[in-house]
Amino acid sequence: MTAIACRIRLFGIFVCGLLTVSAVTGAEDPIDFNRDIRPLLSENCFHCHGPDAAQRQGELALHEHQLALKAIQPGHRADSSLYQRITAADPEIVMPPPDSGRQLTPAQRELLGRWIDQGAKWGLHWSWEPLQRPPVPQPPALPQAPIRNPIDAFLRQRLQASGLSPSAEAAREVLIRRVTLDLTGLPPAPQDVAAFVQDPAADAWEKVVDRLLASPAYGERMAWDWLDAARYADSNGYQGDSDRTMWPWRDWVVDAFNRNLPWDQFTTWQLAGDLLPQATDEQRLATGFCRNHMINGEGGRIAEENRVDYVMDMTETMGTLWLGLTLNCCRCHDHKFDTLTQRDYYSLFAIFNQTPVNGGGGSGQTAPVLSVPSAQQRTELTAAEASTAEFGRLQNERAAELAALLPDWIKRQSGQGSVWRTLQPTAVRAQQQQLTVEAGGVVFAGGVNPANDVYEVEGVLPEGPLSAVRLDALRHASHTQGGLARSDSGNFVLTEIELILRRGDGQQMLKISGAVATYEQGSLKAANAFDGDSQTGWAVYEGKPIDRDHAAVFRLAEAVQVRPGDQLLVRLRHDSPHVSHNLGRFRISTSAVAGAGLELQRSAELQQALVTAAEQRSEAQVKLLTEAQQAEDAVWKQLTQQRKAAEDRVAAIRNSVAKVMVMEDQPERRETFMLQRGLYTNPGAVVQAAVPASLPQVQSQQPLNRLDLARWLMSEQNPLTARVTVNRFWQQVFGTGLVKTANDFGVQAEVPLHPELLTWLAVEFRDSGWDVKRLMRLMVTSQAYRQSSVVTPEQLERDPENRLLARAPRYRLPSWMLRDQALAVSGLLSGQRGGPAVNVYQPAGVWEEATFGNRKYVQDHGEALYRRSLYVFWRRIIGPTMFFDTASRQTCTVSAVRTNTPLHALLTSNDTAWVEAARVLAERVLLEGGGDAERLERVYQRVLCRPPVAAEREILLGTLQRSRSAYRQDGAAAMALLSVGESPRSQQLAADEHAAWTAVCLAVLNLDEALTKQ
Amino acid sequence: MHPIAESQRQLVRREFFGRASTGVGVAALASLLGRDSAGASESGGGTGSPGLPGLPHLAPRAKRVIYLFQNGAPTHVDLFDWKPRLRELHGKPLPAGYADGKRFSTMTGQADGKLMLAPVEPFRQRGESGAWVSDFLPYTAGIADRLCFVHSMHTEAVNHAPAIQFLLSGSQLPGRPTMGAWLTYGLGSETESLPGFVVMTSITKNTSCGQIFYDFYWGSGFLSSRFQGVKFRAAGDPVLYLSNPPGISRQMRREWLDDVAAVNELNQQQYGDPEIGARIAQYEMAFRMQSSVPELTDLSGETRETLDMYGPGVTEPGTFAHNCLLARRLVERGTRFVQLMHAGWDQHNSLTTELYNQCRDTDQPSAALVRDLEQRGLLDETLVIWGGEFGRTPFIQGDINNRPRWGRDHHPYAFTVWLAGGGVREGMSWGASDDLGINVAERGVHVHDLQATILHQLGIDHERLTFRFQGRQFRLTDIFGEVVQGILKNG
Repeated sequence: MTAIACRIRLFGIFVCGLLTVSAVTGAEDPIDFNRDIRPLLSENCFHCHGPDAAQRQGELALHEHQLALKAIQPGHRADSSLYQRITAADPEIVMPPPDSGRQLTPAQRELLGRWIDQGAKWGLHWSWEPLQRPPVPQPPALPQAPIRNPIDAFLRQRLQASGLSPSAEAAREVLIRRVTLDLTGLPPAPQDVAAFVQDPAADAWEKVVDRLLASPAYGERMAWDWLDAARYADSNGYQGDSDRTMWPWRDWVVDAFNRNLPWDQFTTWQLAGDLLPQATDEQRLATGFCRNHMINGEGGRIAEENRVDYVMDMTETMGTLWLGLTLNCCRCHDHKFDTLTQRDYYSLFAIFNQTPVNGGGGSGQTAPVLSVPSAQQRTELTAAEASTAEFGRLQNERAAELAALLPDWIKRQSGQGSVWRTLQPTAVRAQQQQLTVEAGGVVFAGGVNPANDVYEVEGVLPEGPLSAVRLDALRHASHTQGGLARSDSGNFVLTEIELILRRGDGQQMLKISGAVATYEQGSLKAANAFDGDSQTGWAVYEGKPIDRDHAAVFRLAEAVQVRPGDQLLVRLRHDSPHVSHNLGRFRISTSAVAGAGLELQRSAELQQALVTAAEQRSEAQVKLLTEAQQAEDAVWKQLTQQRKAAEDRVAAIRNSVAKVMVMEDQPERRETFMLQRGLYTNPGAVVQAAVPASLPQVQSQQPLNRLDLARWLMSEQNPLTARVTVNRFWQQVFGTGLVKTANDFGVQAEVPLHPELLTWLAVEFRDSGWDVKRLMRLMVTSQAYRQSSVVTPEQLERDPENRLLARAPRYRLPSWMLRDQALAVSGLLSGQRGGPAVNVYQPAGVWEEATFGNRKYVQDHGEALYRRSLYVFWRRIIGPTMFFDTASRQTCTVSAVRTNTPLHALLTSNDTAWVEAARVLAERVLLEGGGDAERLERVYQRVLCRPPVAAEREILLGTLQRSRSAYRQDGAAAMALLSVGESPRSQQLAADEHAAWTAVCLAVLNLDEALTKQ
Repeated sequence: MHPIAESQRQLVRREFFGRASTGVGVAALASLLGRDSAGASESGGGTGSPGLPGLPHLAPRAKRVIYLFQNGAPTHVDLFDWKPRLRELHGKPLPAGYADGKRFSTMTGQADGKLMLAPVEPFRQRGESGAWVSDFLPYTAGIADRLCFVHSMHTEAVNHAPAIQFLLSGSQLPGRPTMGAWLTYGLGSETESLPGFVVMTSITKNTSCGQIFYDFYWGSGFLSSRFQGVKFRAAGDPVLYLSNPPGISRQMRREWLDDVAAVNELNQQQYGDPEIGARIAQYEMAFRMQSSVPELTDLSGETRETLDMYGPGVTEPGTFAHNCLLARRLVERGTRFVQLMHAGWDQHNSLTTELYNQCRDTDQPSAALVRDLEQRGLLDETLVIWGGEFGRTPFIQGDINNRPRWGRDHHPYAFTVWLAGGGVREGMSWGASDDLGINVAERGVHVHDLQATILHQLGIDHERLTFRFQGRQFRLTDIFGEVVQGILKNG
């Protein structure tokens, strides 16, 4: 038998085990159905004689009073078939059947017998009992342990009954560290410790508590547990594990705790903020809670299967967090133990089953989404929108100016039938072939067709602007299949076109900025003809013999003003690896019109508009003319580009804005079916939205929606929400819930040791207007919280789990808080709040190995490395490695896990973040001056909030001396240690001294006391 | 001095670190070490600790398990399950009556009209047992007489993650403890300085058909997280954060730990909390692991002959061959459950290309591991299992006329795994699929049956290894599972 086991006399026999409810209550109490009987029936009988109608045997059910009377004669155990069967000797008759693996002990059989004899009194399951404020007991106060509030009164009464006494108050240094970690997740600053230790005021403690509750760090601490519960993460999970941007929701949670949003609103907004009348963006943002579920983007998945998974997740998360019920058991069948049916499950499911999400795709921003810009994005967006408007205004001005010039422009256009002027060649030549000029400026290539060739065509340009050059490729009967060239297919590949302006003796290469073509063959695009790459080019083969002419228009980056006598040299290169793809016949044209297109003629409409008399032009014609005029205007063009750029910027910012997935109900109600075995492919009977039948009902003419659900959860009649919620906060403060199974308040859950305290707290919380800070304050100002955590052998023997709280709980801090503590005591901690998640130190290759390189871990630098753990990026398929014993953030988690494995010790003594924190803490105390003992004291003050005792000082100064001499002898080792972490190090410190103190600080950070809430 | 603190201190100093792993002191301390938030007096498991009281339930035939998990699902009809009729029907539609109403992945949808695909490579009968093994696997063929082929495996899931989770945890949804977690929870571990449950992963280089390894494949579910598999990494420290920081030598760390422990002992005298003793032990174990893991991964003591047996890549961390050799070294040192996972088997359109690569990477090392264990006398007490989460469709996925893109889709209705050692009969085949390899024809083995059999060989009655969670007793095999007695020696 181990030291922590104990022996308790229970119902006349000896049992070995931990403290149990029954042990504390003692055998003489009258039998309580909820406490003593229901758990027995539930564990041993309900499997076949319980709420699950499908599994029911022998038409006997023992979970409801009326049904159970079939087997029970109240007052007469001998006449009750239940008692006969459980005490039968015949293995064929005895219950539970031997092959069920269940067995009643003689004491349990006797207990059931006595209960029947006492009248077989029935009762509601304790958590189903209506909430009524119980009277506060008045146990006598003790000198070392006053009764500060009703929490103490309830706990004290139970303690007294057990013959244990509360512990004395803890030292102030211990207390302030405890409460600061509990309420803010950070250690107190040395001056805060000193102020409290020296404060003579009677309400010194309350002042500390109120200061902490008002600190912005409070919301960050409170948010962590809610993020675990709400399965918050920064990626979707599953195969693709795409990123999502739900962090504005996370920041909302922090803010909601900080401004103490009442829990009923906290609840309603998250479950149904979108359904509130005139819902605000904030209320819609809060509904991101429901959408924090994983998203499966795996190929081969059926959308409906995903969709059903998501709705189940929403339903079950709600069930755990507000009802404390493990609804998932009812997916497939009636709950074996609780009074919950499969119909209840799908009735709740029906409430969440109205979202427009269809389950397809793997986007982390699956609609409906809410855009939530950051402050900076908002500023940038305003600026970009302003410049869009400004360019629009300038365009309007220019439009007015151009309108005045329109008659002149029209005059200049008259007579020109086409926007294109043929370049009449004055000279043509090819490197290999014979070029000849035909009528109409058409050039024909003759002679032997070589593998590759280069043509040059020269001609005199018309005066005025030159904006574009056009190449027409023309068919000829002598070409292959009557096509465009003498290649194998009649196709050509133009690898480059070069345009050279000749003026007098000078010449200038004209830059081409864009092209359009009648056809582009796959990747052989017209744009390739001016990319400077002789391997790429433009071609037009459409997969069949070429049966039409083709053309491409090359637009100049800037229009050129042509002067009299200016000439254009056009060079056409055919350097393609597709041999002999040289143009066979072609024509070059030029245009003054920047927007000149592939149409050879000005459009008929435009021509018509030009020739129509001014007073007879229609509005549409004027518009057409205006557009044509503007297209030629350089100022207009520039303004258009600038405005487009500004608009693009607006779009880019809007794109980068975080989009939070939120809730909506689709207009048409989706019908909900009971899914047989929980499979989406097996729909059974139709069900209506409803709350579980065994709980108080909602009266409504309309089908229930999420808002009705939220209001029902927070209604006076709901016995569960308040109990379940205060229990979770109790767990956060005292380490273990009043009900140990914070996720399960059902029949199989532990009957609480302090049911009246739980009920009292629940009523108090509800009647306070769901005031969370008030509840937290109530708990941490109790004497139970303020007592010492020193454990006596008697306490350890009698109550190893400390359920009676004869001492304060003492346990290892959550790993995320340990990281924050290390950062805080070193002074590295960043005070920046909110925003996108950061990637802090993590061993190389963790994401890459887990995702085969698909997800690369790009570590941040600078301040981001020192942000609070709350802001660390949470990748679902491979969570952050610097935390341990954390929730998976895959599904709702409300229970705290605390294990001790060697892997944790390796992390806290070797991880970069920890070693760096030790190094920077060492630097801090070294720069503050003083002797070794003083410095050690300051390290202790920062980490443990107290000075070391003599024995500790002796040990750790020994560490220091030893490390000092080691690093004096090995300067390289000292430098190696000091190079850990990216924060700069003060060069004025001697390396050996700094390294030695780093080792000491790392030791202090790894002391059990530092890792523990003491 | 505080009396409890005193006794704890002595435990830590004398008993724990001075005695054999089965000492009473270890049991007490290990239970403290693993104490959960709930504070339940759960004992056993973790590193160097005994198992649950009352276990094993039966005389164990095996002490350890090496699961060579082939992620993505190897094609049974191309490797182990010889179906001459597939040859005859090659290119012809699936005959009626084989897949009526059966659910396949959305890539296949309905099986009607799908064309049958003959095995890509020829099969031959091997060894004295005459087991049919394809030419894809020459090394496995060479140890056919050591193996027990189960041709009648079947499962319930058609997609990878749920099917893998089903095979490893008995449930398709994440959140249940996996086999290795159940075993270390139930039986504890025989090593103080290495984890009892180790996972190593590998993937065929440049494969187009690899599936991600989710960490819930080695999760502990609702069991204490100290039972979850420890993932050994291929790059950097095999165990995260294993190495001391630069500039801190092993000697310095030793002295540093002594100082930390000494201060902790002072605190324990004041506070009397046994958790403090557990903390000291936790740091000591970490220190041990810092030497035992590098010793484990140092292959310099292996002979050339051994290295050659495992084949190319054996000295390269992250390969399946390397992981197989480490698996042998782990079980030699007392690790209870070694889970190797190799990805790349999901050949939807690469049977005639990539399947060769997966076989090249896994065939020789798998066979070498069995031979190596046998040569060292470890095979009798080590159960080796080789297989994936389901099989692949005997009909084609893709175009029958485009051989380079032939593929097969997911197939849960029949597939093959093999077992070796650990009290399983050798040189035998169990069960059979039908003449097309589509459905189980005889002696079907459901996933829960395989799980029950594995537990049985380790001395566990699968119906009695349970854990209470959310108000009910859970077990690896849900409420199903029957031990496949026919494949067991003395079965």
